[in-house]
Amino acid sequence: MNAPPPTLIGEITAKLGKKWSSWLFAGLAISATGFGVLCLAVLLFVVARDGLGGLDWNFITSFPSRKPEDAGILAALMGTLWVMGLTCLFFVPVGVGAAIYLEEFARRNWFTKLIETNISTLAGVPSVVYGLLGLAVFVFGMNLGSSIVAAAATLTLLVLPITIVASREGLRSVPPSMREAAMALGATKWQAVWHQVLPAGMPAVLTGIILALGRAIGETAPLIAMGAFTSVFFVPTSPTDTFTVLPIQIFSWVARPLPGFQENAASGIVALLIVLLLLNSVAVALRYMYARRRSW
Amino acid sequence: MAFLFLCAVLSVVTTAGIVVVLLAEAIPFFTHVNIFDFLTGTEWRPLFANKSFGALPLLSATAMIALMAMAVAFPIGLLTSIYLSEYAPSWIRETVKPALEVLAGIPTVVYGFFVISFIAPTIVRPIFHSETIFTALGASLAMGIMLIPMVASLSEDAMRAVPNGLREGAYALGANRFQVSVKVVVPAALSGIVAAGLLALARAIGETMIVTIAAGGIPNLSGNPLEPMQAMTAYIMEVASGDTARGTVEYQSIFAIGMLLFIFTLGLNLIARWFIGKFREEYE
Repeated sequence: MNAPPPTLIGEITAKLGKKWSSWLFAGLAISATGFGVLCLAVLLFVVARDGLGGLDWNFITSFPSRKPEDAGILAALMGTLWVMGLTCLFFVPVGVGAAIYLEEFARRNWFTKLIETNISTLAGVPSVVYGLLGLAVFVFGMNLGSSIVAAAATLTLLVLPITIVASREGLRSVPPSMREAAMALGATKWQAVWHQVLPAGMPAVLTGIILALGRAIGETAPLIAMGAFTSVFFVPTSPTDTFTVLPIQIFSWVARPLPGFQENAASGIVALLIVLLLLNSVAVALRYMYARRRSW
Repeated sequence: MAFLFLCAVLSVVTTAGIVVVLLAEAIPFFTHVNIFDFLTGTEWRPLFANKSFGALPLLSATAMIALMAMAVAFPIGLLTSIYLSEYAPSWIRETVKPALEVLAGIPTVVYGFFVISFIAPTIVRPIFHSETIFTALGASLAMGIMLIPMVASLSEDAMRAVPNGLREGAYALGANRFQVSVKVVVPAALSGIVAAGLLALARAIGETMIVTIAAGGIPNLSGNPLEPMQAMTAYIMEVASGDTARGTVEYQSIFAIGMLLFIFTLGLNLIARWFIGKFREEYE
């Protein structure tokens, strides 16, 4: 019988003995896992250390300023709320609509397959490329300028793939018996989907929506690519106003050398993370609420 | 019904829109700049009087930063996924996975800040004695951390899809957990793991804010990771945040760079999907 060819793993095992090599590997794997968690802890610590001190009422209610101690995030916070509100209005109906079509109504043919492949490929397109799309189509093509509505349209295209994939999974988790039972009682396909399947799949659909919104809130690059402003000294009052958002405000502070602005950036990050945290708690609460009603 | 259909079709329209928009500006760009000079030129001076559009400095910076980020993210992510899938008791898995999800959900502008305020001054500078805090290395370390959760979760999915019969068969032959993980589960999940790496690499190439904030933003064709560099995405940010008029060569150049980004990431995604398809064939 031929001896098996020597491999790195084989050699290590032979030198250390089966038991020790196993322990060594387990140690490595545990340290790698710990490293990721440690990075998260250090990152949050650094942000809190630099940012908590500056996060006061004054910071939330002030406009940007040349003096770091006077600067605040009012315009950015309001801009984020405006852009996110409008983005929600766009992507929720379109994303859930596309998911319902693909999961419940679409025939299995080449066109459906094309749409599906296309959605998963779109999810891998860099966000800055969506920014270029928004720049050419919404800002210049439709003459919307670097406005809130142009930003919301760009972000909608960016988060649609995530929304569609998550919503489809939610709908797929609803057992076919629910559809069959509804239709056996005389409901049309539409009624079955609208009154039975969609409510039953709602927790996962909502999770998908909130995941997508969380992604949209943190996006900086596509909005800068479509020409969003970095310093805005007013609160937007209409969808066609120019705007800035929290991540852009943070970016403009990070880019300045004065230490005071670095602290402003950190405080802005704390505010941004708090917004994201609130959003995620809403997701958890909604999931919990719906999960209690679910009985299969 | 027609509305639902239109919603689904919008995704195809988006892709078509991206291709059309990129081509519409990139084609006029290539009438000013020879495409061969663009791809092989070593001088990138778009904003000076004597313009030069050789994209190699940007391409090499993107490649270098992305590969160094993968050198951090791939081994650590893979080991994490092996631990979570094969070793960890369920309570650890239930705690670590949400923590990694949080890490993945942190906006990239925050990672940029993290390089400037922590990674560069306390790790890169003291250890490697870089001249400035804006280095390719600093950016790629943060990017590596950012990509760990992606590699870990995608390869864990692949490992969990490996049928338990394979593990049990190996245990029955006297293998221990280490041998089962490394010699049975990892090879069985290999195409899924390769796909995870490719998708993470595509993400690294397209990542924008970390390189814009932390890598220095100076076009620089160099092999030294301790120097400032400008990645492709960072160049797009530089031009977009300035006031370059529409129709100028600079304006068109960001679409040409955008098209290269689109081609690279699309290619990597398609190859990754092929690997995932292969993996599914094996076990379904």
